[in-house]
Amino acid sequence: MTARHSKRRRAVLGPALRHATLLVLAALTLLPFLWMVSTSLKGPDEILVADIHWWPRNFSAVENYGAAFRMAPLGRYLLNGALVTATILVLQLVVALPAAFALAKSEFLGRKALFAIVLFGLLVPYHVIAVPLFVSLHAAGLLNTYAALVTPFSISVFGIFLMRQFFLSVPSDLVDAARMDGMSEFAIVWRVMAPAALPAISSFAVFSVVAHWNDYFWPLIAVSSDALFTPPLGVVAFRNDDAGTHYGPLMAAATIIVLPLVAAFLLAQRRFIEGIAFTGIK
Amino acid sequence: MTNAVLTSGTSTLPSTSKRRRPHEEVASWFLVAPAASLILLLLIMPLAAVLGLSFTDYQLGARAWSYVGAANYAALANDPVFWRSVGNTATYAAIVVLGSTGLGLGVALMLGRSSLLTQVWRTVFFLPVMGSLIAMAIVWEFMLHPTFGLINAALGLVGFAPVNWLQNGDTALGVLAVIGIWQQFGFNMVLFLAGLSGIPQSLHDAAEMDGAALAWDRFQLVTWPLLAPVTLFVVVISTIRSFQVFDTVHALTKGGPNKATEVLLYTMYAEGFEFFRTGYAAAIAVVFVTAMLLLTLAKVFIAEKRIHS
Repeated sequence: MTARHSKRRRAVLGPALRHATLLVLAALTLLPFLWMVSTSLKGPDEILVADIHWWPRNFSAVENYGAAFRMAPLGRYLLNGALVTATILVLQLVVALPAAFALAKSEFLGRKALFAIVLFGLLVPYHVIAVPLFVSLHAAGLLNTYAALVTPFSISVFGIFLMRQFFLSVPSDLVDAARMDGMSEFAIVWRVMAPAALPAISSFAVFSVVAHWNDYFWPLIAVSSDALFTPPLGVVAFRNDDAGTHYGPLMAAATIIVLPLVAAFLLAQRRFIEGIAFTGIK
Repeated sequence: MTNAVLTSGTSTLPSTSKRRRPHEEVASWFLVAPAASLILLLLIMPLAAVLGLSFTDYQLGARAWSYVGAANYAALANDPVFWRSVGNTATYAAIVVLGSTGLGLGVALMLGRSSLLTQVWRTVFFLPVMGSLIAMAIVWEFMLHPTFGLINAALGLVGFAPVNWLQNGDTALGVLAVIGIWQQFGFNMVLFLAGLSGIPQSLHDAAEMDGAALAWDRFQLVTWPLLAPVTLFVVVISTIRSFQVFDTVHALTKGGPNKATEVLLYTMYAEGFEFFRTGYAAAIAVVFVTAMLLLTLAKVFIAEKRIHS
């Protein structure tokens, strides 16, 4: 009797406790985001005070967001970020897809060696080769250009690996049939395999865009002029400026830079979470 | 899904493709040529260059340089800043790996069977993975502000004196680790959720019938052993990510106060790009990549041992 009784009580208490714990954790997780947005809506007189209030008393969204765009070329940073991220993704796909197809579906001299190098490349964080990349871009006079931001990432061994794994699962009959029809290998890659690989391509796209939109280390090294700053460099420059103590505009700037990815994530959560989990290896 | 990607590395090729046709061979070379040349140019040659530079006294912009043998490595071994950096990186990694793996697993277990509410929680916990870490680091800095910060204000309500979190040598590294956990645990949660969904409910039911009445017993009996490969994977990638900590250090503490948050990538960055001691920075990079490779080898070794024992 008592055992069943306590079991029933646990069945009610369990989920309640579980959701209470989750609620607390969720609140802590969201705290920085909420505080950022809340501060970006407050007037200067209510930010530099030691009390806690979440809802702005002196609603200053227009002032803060306006000031953020006036104090720094935020629009330019966002555009740079979009341009760099998109260029990197396109280059990575154009280079990786044909190679991945050949590695998965063809037999050629050096296939095993190339795949071994790809696997090895997966283990090397790009930070390690930043020094020689910097030295060679310096020698080539390419530092402080868009090319410097993009070039090191034009190859993604991870992209090759991921696409090869996906192509292995595509039936070889499909490839053989296309070959029988006289399609060139090049046409098979782009007209048969790429459309079939859209799920893997979109997973990779999520991974690549998130990584490069948020990357701070390489842009920090590669460019120094304001006009080429990507969003992460931009927000730090903003903080380091005189503007850095104007927390309203600073939090507005942070919100603007965090927003694009967060909005995209909220709109396509499943795709994003699967993309990141699928590509979890990096 | 994650595991499928990881384990299928050695799949055999379909038999039809085994036949070598000269036409196909040439076509394949054309297909892999761009990738192969870029790998050579942007990965292999730079790696060789890092190794080579680490044996020189090259300084960026200098006209002359000379071969110095293992002098850079000898200097590293005697450099207290480097050892401090190694120690800090290990401490940071230990805290973040433990915290983000534990929290990731805990939350994944609590989320349990999928419902609408579960999806809301999952979205919330995943949000920090998406938010630009550098922008959020600046928000954290503001929250940690000694006089106007949210954290000190909240602690003040329960009677604690304000702490200058990022300027205090006792707290700075720990605070950075908390930011690291905050940012990473949602990612680990997703990996654990994928792992948990692969454990059939029937095993839990069977364990319950066999007398594992408490959820904790069933966790020990079924979930934990079956989740072991995922846990190993999570621990290894969390370690690798933690070793690469840089953004928060560069933006918030610059390795200070008094080297309390000096970490490997930051040391390498400072030597290479602020002091322009390129050869020395290259030696740090070599040590760093060796550590990464050893970590991965350890993972493979442990995984193999598990399978064969």
